[in-house]
Amino acid sequence: MLWIDCPWCGPRPETEYRYGGEAHIARPDPAATDDAGWADYLFMRTNTKGVHAERWMHRDGCRRWFNVLRHTVSNEVLAVYPMGTPRPETPRLPGDGAEGA
Amino acid sequence: MGFRLEKSGRIDRTKPLDFTFNGRRYRGFAGDTLASALIANGTHLTSRSFKYHRPRGILTAGAEEPSALVQLGEGARTEPNLRATQVELYDGLVASGVNAWPSASCDLAAWTGRLAPLFPAGFYYKTFLWPASFWKALYEPAIRRMAGLGHAPDAPDPDSYDRMNAHCDVLVVGAGPAGIAAALAAGEAGARVVLVDEQPALGGALQGLRHRVDGVDGTEWAGAAAARLAAMPEVRVLTRTTLFGYYDHNTLSAVERRTDHLGPGRPAGTSRQRLWTIKAGRVVLATGAHERPLVFADNDRPGIMLASAAQRYVNAYAALPGERAVLFTNNDAAYEAAHDIVEAGGSVGAVVDCRPQPTAPLAPALREAGAALHTGSVIAATHGAKRVRSVTVAKLGKDGGLSRERYRIYCDSVLVSGGWSPAVHLFCQSGGRLAFEEARGVLLPGEATQALQVAGAAGGSFGLAACLAEGGAAGAEAARAAGFGDGSPPPPPPSDAPEPGAITPYWLAPGLKPLGHGKAKHMVDHQDDVTAADIRLAAREGFRSVEHVKRYTTIGMGTDQGKTANVNGLAILADTLGKTVPEVGTTTYRPPYTPVTFGALAGRDRGDLMDPVRRTAMHEWHEENGAVFEPVGQWHRPWWYPKPGEDKHAAVARECRAVREACGLLDASTLGKIEIAGPDSARLLDMVYTNAFSTLKVGRVRYGLMCGDDGMVFDDGTTARLGENRYLMTTTTGNAAHVLEWLEEWLQTEWPEMRVWCTSVTEQWATVALAGPRARDVLAAVAPALALDTESFPFMSVTEGTVAGAPARVFRISFTGELSFEINVPWHHGRHVWEALMAAGADHGITPYGTEAMHVLRAERGFIIVGQETDGTTTPQDLGMDWIVSKKKPDFLGKRAWSRADNLREDRKQLVGILTENPKEVLPEGTQLVDKPGRAPVPMIGHVSSSYMSPTLGRSIALALVRRGRARMGETVHAAPDGRFLPCTITEPVFYDPEGAKRDG
Amino acid sequence: MAEQPVPQSPLASLADALAATGADGVTLAACPARARLNLRLDPEDGGALEAAGAALGGTLPLAPNTATAAADGWSILWLGPNEWLVCGPADDGAARAGALEAALAGTHHAVTDVGAMYTTLTLAGANARTVLMKGCRLDLHPRAFAPGACAQTALARAQVILHQIGAEPVYELTVRNSFAHYLASWLLDAMAEYRPA
Repeated sequence: MLWIDCPWCGPRPETEYRYGGEAHIARPDPAATDDAGWADYLFMRTNTKGVHAERWMHRDGCRRWFNVLRHTVSNEVLAVYPMGTPRPETPRLPGDGAEGA
Repeated sequence: MGFRLEKSGRIDRTKPLDFTFNGRRYRGFAGDTLASALIANGTHLTSRSFKYHRPRGILTAGAEEPSALVQLGEGARTEPNLRATQVELYDGLVASGVNAWPSASCDLAAWTGRLAPLFPAGFYYKTFLWPASFWKALYEPAIRRMAGLGHAPDAPDPDSYDRMNAHCDVLVVGAGPAGIAAALAAGEAGARVVLVDEQPALGGALQGLRHRVDGVDGTEWAGAAAARLAAMPEVRVLTRTTLFGYYDHNTLSAVERRTDHLGPGRPAGTSRQRLWTIKAGRVVLATGAHERPLVFADNDRPGIMLASAAQRYVNAYAALPGERAVLFTNNDAAYEAAHDIVEAGGSVGAVVDCRPQPTAPLAPALREAGAALHTGSVIAATHGAKRVRSVTVAKLGKDGGLSRERYRIYCDSVLVSGGWSPAVHLFCQSGGRLAFEEARGVLLPGEATQALQVAGAAGGSFGLAACLAEGGAAGAEAARAAGFGDGSPPPPPPSDAPEPGAITPYWLAPGLKPLGHGKAKHMVDHQDDVTAADIRLAAREGFRSVEHVKRYTTIGMGTDQGKTANVNGLAILADTLGKTVPEVGTTTYRPPYTPVTFGALAGRDRGDLMDPVRRTAMHEWHEENGAVFEPVGQWHRPWWYPKPGEDKHAAVARECRAVREACGLLDASTLGKIEIAGPDSARLLDMVYTNAFSTLKVGRVRYGLMCGDDGMVFDDGTTARLGENRYLMTTTTGNAAHVLEWLEEWLQTEWPEMRVWCTSVTEQWATVALAGPRARDVLAAVAPALALDTESFPFMSVTEGTVAGAPARVFRISFTGELSFEINVPWHHGRHVWEALMAAGADHGITPYGTEAMHVLRAERGFIIVGQETDGTTTPQDLGMDWIVSKKKPDFLGKRAWSRADNLREDRKQLVGILTENPKEVLPEGTQLVDKPGRAPVPMIGHVSSSYMSPTLGRSIALALVRRGRARMGETVHAAPDGRFLPCTITEPVFYDPEGAKRDG
Repeated sequence: MAEQPVPQSPLASLADALAATGADGVTLAACPARARLNLRLDPEDGGALEAAGAALGGTLPLAPNTATAAADGWSILWLGPNEWLVCGPADDGAARAGALEAALAGTHHAVTDVGAMYTTLTLAGANARTVLMKGCRLDLHPRAFAPGACAQTALARAQVILHQIGAEPVYELTVRNSFAHYLASWLLDAMAEYRPA
C-alpha cells in the first residue's frame, strides 16, 4: 500500500487515488504530427526501472491531478509537484535503470 | 497425565479442560496449547507427513512449526493446517492430525513411505508429464487425495470478521524482552505506540525461560510491563495478533484472534478475527529468532524436537517431553534446555555435541545429573516406529565421516539444536536485504529500505541483556525520529542470563549409509518432505540457482515457508556446489508470515455489504412492485417487472408493446449528469465530442459521441445547452465518474487555460423516462402548465416547469424511437413524481418497463449501447455514425487517429443488422459469424453484439460487427452458436421506423 | 407556487434501525434535508473570494481538510483549492444561491444546487471514532483530526465528506444519495458489537 502526499489533502492511501500513467507526455499538434509520431504519443511509454515521473489524481478527495516522482523498485516517493511544472532534479539512486526522455 | 509436572509452569491447574484429539479424549489445563497438552499426556505422534506419510510429531513450540498440523473444529467451523503449537486449548476442543486416514496412528497410505525411492525431487515434473490431458482428469485429483494436508469446510463460515485501521508513531512487532523494552521506551517518550504479539501474554522467549529481569522472574517482569503499557493512553497492545505482512510505506497487516481461544462458544457480536492495517511512522522489528534443527538420519520421528521447544514445554506448560531425553547440539546455549529439564525432574541420558571440544559451562552440571557427554559425535540413526525409542551415536572421524565408535542410547525424546535463525521474515517483506554471517551461520537483516529498526534476536543479538538494551534504544530512537523525546536510551533493566555462548555451524550429520541410500531420510523441510538427498540430487541435475532448487524440490514452499528448513537447505546446497551461502544466494520471504483465514481478509465484505448497491429514489417502489434487478456498475436497475405467472420473455414483450402502443415509464436516474459552466464550456465540448456543441442553441439538446485520442468510442449521451455558458451533459450509467474524470483530466493537465467548471449532479436529479404514443397525455395531466405540443416543445429540446408539484427540468429526447419525455426532479421528489405519473397514466395503459425492454426497443430502432456495440476498438465510422463526426472542426479528441493506416482499413468490423433465417432463433450475444459452414478452423468475420426477440417485429433481431459489413448488405453469412451453422442475412442496423416518424407521437 | 411534495429521505426504510441506536456509546442519525451549494471560484480571481465570503456571512476556508462556520447556520466545507460545499437550512438555499450569483457576477465561478444530491448522517458518541476506524484509512486521532476538520475520503466502499463537528466526538458524514443506504447499513453493522446484549 503506497501512501502518497496529495499536494492539497496531505498523506492518503493509494486506494484514494487514480494512477494516470507516465507524466510529461504533452499532446502534440495533430496537424504537425505524422502517424508514427501520433502512435508514439498514444501508445509508447518508457517502463522505467528507477525514478519514474507519473501522474496521480486524488479521486476520493480534491480531484486534483499532480505529478509524482516514484522509484519503481522501492516505491519510494521522491517528489510531488504540480501539473505543468518541469520534472525536478533527483539524485540518481543505485540500481536505477535507463530512463526515457 | 503422566508427563505433567506438579509444580512450575504458567498453566492454571484449577481449570481443567477436556478435549479430543484423533478420536481420543484427553485433559489439559487453561493456559495450555494443544501441543503442550498432548505432550503432557505423553502423545507426540500428531499427524502424517505431506508426501511420504511418515509419522510426525511436535517439533517446535511456536509459529515455525512445520510438522504438527491439525484439523481444528468440526462442521462449518472446521479449519485445516493449524499449528498445534499455536492452538490455545479450550474446553471441548476437537482436532485431528492432517494427512492421515483413518488416523495418524494407523495410516493406510503409509505404504507410500516404502515407495520413497520412487519419489525423488522433481518427481511430479518427471512422472506426470504426458499425456497433458491426463493431468487434470487423473494425476492431479489422485495426487491431491494422497498428498494433501487438511480439508476446507464445505459450508458457509458462520463467524463474523472485521477490519480496523490504525495509525501510530512507533509500531513494535514482537513482545519479547526487546519488544517490551522498545514499547516502554517509545511510550514513555509520548509517542503513539502499537505493540503486537502473537502470544496471549507478553514475554516472548521469556515465557520459556527461567531468567530474572529487574530482580523478578522474567514473565513477572513482562506482566508488570504490560500493566505499565496499559496505563499509557497512547499505547495500544494487541496480543493474540500475528503481524503477517509488511508492505510499502510502512503499511503493515496483522490479524487479531479475538475469540478463537474461547472455542465455538464464543460470544456473538464480537468478530472472531480482526484484520488490522497499521500505518506506522517507524517500525521496530523485535521478532526474535527460531531455533533450527540439525539435519541427521531419520530426524523426523515423533519425540524429536527443538531443544528450546522442550525447554518451553517444561518451563511454561509444566509438560515433560519424555522420560529420558538425548540432546544433540552444536552450541552451548542448548545445554540450558537440557539443564532445565533436569532441574524440573526429567532425565537426560546423553549429550551429543558435534564439536570436538565443547566449552559449554553447563556441561559439568549435566554430567553430574547422569548425562553421558559424547563430544565430536553425531546421531547417526534414530530408531522407533511411531516414537523415537533409541538413537545410534557415532564419533566423527577426521574426515568428518563416521568412525567405528558407536553407541546405542535408549530414549523417548531427542532435543535438537543447530543454533538460531533470526526471524527476518518481516524484514524481507519490507524490502530489506539479508547478509550471511559465516561464524554463526545466520542470515541477518542487512540494509533496510523502509523506516525501521531491528532489535534483539531478530538482529542476531541472542543474549537477554543485549535484547533488553537494544530494544530500549530502538524504541527511544524510533520515538525521537517521530518527534518524541531526545532518543536517549533508558537504562536497561538488569538480568541474570549468561551470554549465548559458542557455536560451530554444522549442516549435515552423516548417516549409517551414504546419503540417499537405504531407507533413512535426512529431513530438511519437514512440511514438504524435502531431504538432504533431494537437494543433492537437484544440484547433481544441474540446478544452481537457489530459486530453482526451491521450486524443483519444493523446499520452503509449504504453509510454514520453511522457517525451520531454509537455512539448513541453503547451507547444504552451497556445500554441495562447493560455494558459500552468499554465492548461492538466498530466497526471500513473502506475506503472510503465517497463513491467514479468508474470513479475516474478507472482513465485512460479504453478503449485502460485499459491494455498495447504489439505489435510485424509486428503488423501493421497484422492490414493492416485484422488479427483477440488473446490476449496472454498482447500481441495481429494474430489469423487468414480471406479473404473476409471467416469465422474462412474456414480461419484456408486454413492456415493449406498452411503450410502442401506449406508454411506459423507465427509471433513468442512473445516467451520469455533469453541469459544465464557464466561458470556455463550448470550446471544451467541441474538443471532447466528435460533433459541434458551440453551434447548439440555448434550450436545445444534442446527442454526442466521445472518443479517446486513439479514435475509439468510449461514451455517448445527450448534452443540453441551459444558457450561453452553461451545459448539462449526460453520460452512460457505467461511465459517469469516468467521463467527469476525463473532462477534469484534460482541463487540469492539457488545457489549463480553459475557463470551465465541471460539477457532478448525477444524484441531484431523479430521472423518469416517459415514452410512448400516449406520453404527452399522461404528462399533461400532472404538468398542466407545461406547453407540450411539438411546436413549443420540439424534439431535442429542454424546458423547465412543475411536474406533480415538484420543480422539474424536462427533456424531449428518445432512446426508444417513440415520443418521449425525460423528467428530472430533485432526487427526494423522485418517488412522488413516479407515483403521480403511474396514477395519471392508469387510464392510458401506463406500464413500468425495465432495462431489458429498453434494450430491445433501442435495438429495434438501431441505437447503440457503448460497451455492447463498442469494445474499445470501435470507431464512429465502424458504427456507421460518420454523420456525427464534424468535418469542420480543425481538432478534437480522436480525429487525428482516424487517418492512421489501421483505422482506414477497408476490412474493419462494421455495425450491421443480422436477421436469422429462422425468425424464432435468438442468437446468443457474442456468437461468432463465419462466411460458410465448415470444419474448424473457420475464419471468423465478426460477432453478434446485441440480440433479442422483437415483439414489435414478431421475430428475432440482432446487431453485429462484421468485416466489411457495410458493403455486404443482403448477403448471407452464418452464425455459429453451439456447433450449428445458422444462415443469416446482413441488413441495415435499423429495424423499426427508420424515418423517425414516431418520435413526435 | 403550490406546496411542494414532502421530500423523501433515502434512509426512510432504515428509520427504525437508526432510532434504535444510542444505548451503545454511539448514535447514528439521519440529518433533516438541508441546502447545499457547490461553489467554484478561483481564489486568485481578484475579489471573488471576499465577495463570496461576504454573501455567505463568513470566510471561505483555504486550508485543506477544514470547514468554517458562516452566519445563519451556514457552514463552508473545503473540497479543493477552488471548490467548496456550502451547507445551510433547507429553506434558505435558493436565496443564498441568488446572493452568491449576484456577488460573483463578472467573475469566473459556478454555483450549483446540489441540495438534493447528498444525505448527511451524524455519528456521535464515545465509540464513534472506533466505528469509523473500521472502514476509514485516515488518522482520526485527536492529534490529527479534531473538531473543524473536514476531509473527503473513503469510508468502507463509499466516498464521503467527513466533518468533525464536536469533540465527544461528533461527526457528520455526507454521502451521495445512491450510497446512503449502503453506508448507513455498513455503519449499523459496524456499531453492532457495542450494542448491549
